[in-house]
Amino acid sequence: MTDSSLTQLTIAQAREKLATRDISALELTEAYLTAIEAANDALNAYIVATPDKAREMARASDARIARGEAGALEGIPLGIKDLFATEGVHTQAASHILDGFEPRYESTVTANLWADGAVMLGKLNMDEFAMGSSNETSYYGPVVNPWRAEGDNKALVPGGSSGGSAAAVAAWLCAGATATDTGGSIRQPAAFTATVGIKPTYGRCSRWGIVAFASSLDQAGPIARDVRDAAILLKSMASVDPRDTTSVDRPVPDYEAAVGQSVKGLKIGIPKEYRIDGMPDEIEALWQKGIEWMREAGAEIVDISLPHTKYALPAYYIVAPAEASSNLARYDGVRYGLRVPGGDVTEMYEKTRAEGFGREVKRRVMIGTYVLSAGYYDAYYLRAQKVRTLIKRDFEEAFAAGVDAILTPATPSAAFGIAEQDMDADPVKMYLNDIFTVTVNMAGLPGIAVPAGLDGKGLPLGLQLIGRPFDEETLFRTGHVIEQAAGRFAPKRWW
Amino acid sequence: MSVDIETVKRVAKLARIAVDDEEAARMTGELNAILGFVEQLGEVDVADVEPMTSVIPTAIKMRQDEVTDGSKAEDIVANAPAGDDNFFVVPKVVE
Repeated sequence: MTDSSLTQLTIAQAREKLATRDISALELTEAYLTAIEAANDALNAYIVATPDKAREMARASDARIARGEAGALEGIPLGIKDLFATEGVHTQAASHILDGFEPRYESTVTANLWADGAVMLGKLNMDEFAMGSSNETSYYGPVVNPWRAEGDNKALVPGGSSGGSAAAVAAWLCAGATATDTGGSIRQPAAFTATVGIKPTYGRCSRWGIVAFASSLDQAGPIARDVRDAAILLKSMASVDPRDTTSVDRPVPDYEAAVGQSVKGLKIGIPKEYRIDGMPDEIEALWQKGIEWMREAGAEIVDISLPHTKYALPAYYIVAPAEASSNLARYDGVRYGLRVPGGDVTEMYEKTRAEGFGREVKRRVMIGTYVLSAGYYDAYYLRAQKVRTLIKRDFEEAFAAGVDAILTPATPSAAFGIAEQDMDADPVKMYLNDIFTVTVNMAGLPGIAVPAGLDGKGLPLGLQLIGRPFDEETLFRTGHVIEQAAGRFAPKRWW
Repeated sequence: MSVDIETVKRVAKLARIAVDDEEAARMTGELNAILGFVEQLGEVDVADVEPMTSVIPTAIKMRQDEVTDGSKAEDIVANAPAGDDNFFVVPKVVE
């Protein structure tokens, strides 16, 4: 097979060909390494490729396949977001402050993937400390979306914070990727690149060894080419981990078995509060199409109300920065990464953090410090956590009324340009990207983004499905219906 | 609520981030934009609402009180920008 036909295989297809020895793991890995080499200057999806490690892992996979000991992801080449600790390999959360950091340990999620036979291709670009919706806050520069508007060469963002993951999957630079989602960082980039991204229920994937942003919201999940691949990856990533106290003690189901199951009789809720002012007609039309597809597949459509939806984003911008200001206190120039000398220890801290953190990270640490400071805690943080209770209650009431999943748009727009002026001038404009996804993190629920169509300029748009806690299976079932009806979308290769 | 430049400088001090006047002035505007945005939470009636402590109801995990990990001093200091004999080195803090 040629290199490009190898890299176009889905994980399910590659798994088949590897099992029958049609192709070798090394051959597949080489094809991806060649593709990365050729494309990365243009896309900047990888911060570092790890070709030696990849070849070594692929050879080990071939040996296991030959011995009949293949794991669930044997020989499948993956990209890893720079937020995951990988032993002896660049792990910097795309930040300057973690310069040179190479952990002496492996995150639980990546360890699970390697235990199942997956191959690491390298570390993927992202927004610094996962704070951003465009991948422009990375110390390593922006990632370029493999998608372009028709007849236009303007570089577009791939979304964020998992922009490198989404771009690499869409541009055939890995078979699948790990990602994380604190307010939409898996689902928004997936929607911007016509890939599938799922944020599982809080507690499904271990957070051990993932650089912390906002601990009560952070969850790992995969970005993949299709729904089945996402199910295959999540099965391996998820686990019960004694090293993460919020890891939930329940067995990981066989998610792939849910793909293709009928949705007949399922109740799909349509929340009226997601019809926001100024939403483009194309998004509304796409949503209606999604509703039609679900109905045609035999699901029952019900109107629901989630009255506190509009407060999710403002509450998030108190809770997430508050937790971030606490989590990022550890970057002090003492234990790891960058140190900028100062006259005394305090000056050393202040100079290190001033130089090591980018603008968006500083902004959030400042907001978080302010809302937690004496005299403001009750007015901001405590109130936001109460609002969060109300947001979760809205969902609980919908599920209690028999709703199995909720269908919404994934983002309020398609991918936008790199360095767009109005986003640069007003941080809140950028934050609005997460308006449909952030509610899900605030309530700890699972959410999947599935490509559903192209806009008038030929750019991808996605739909989101939100499920009950730990019912990722219903999301794979319903997501698959959208995928079957909408078809597949791939960018035209220009890089 | 909004912040003035003096408050921004005080918060930067608390957060241990050095800022110059120009940066503090810019941050004042940005922080006020965000604080203005979150102001709308004031509309929500939160009387008798419990603040969220955990999205998924879970019991705190217990384990035996015994040493399960350790003897990794070299691993722990391996990434330190300045170290000496398995200690972190910092500027003098005690006169």
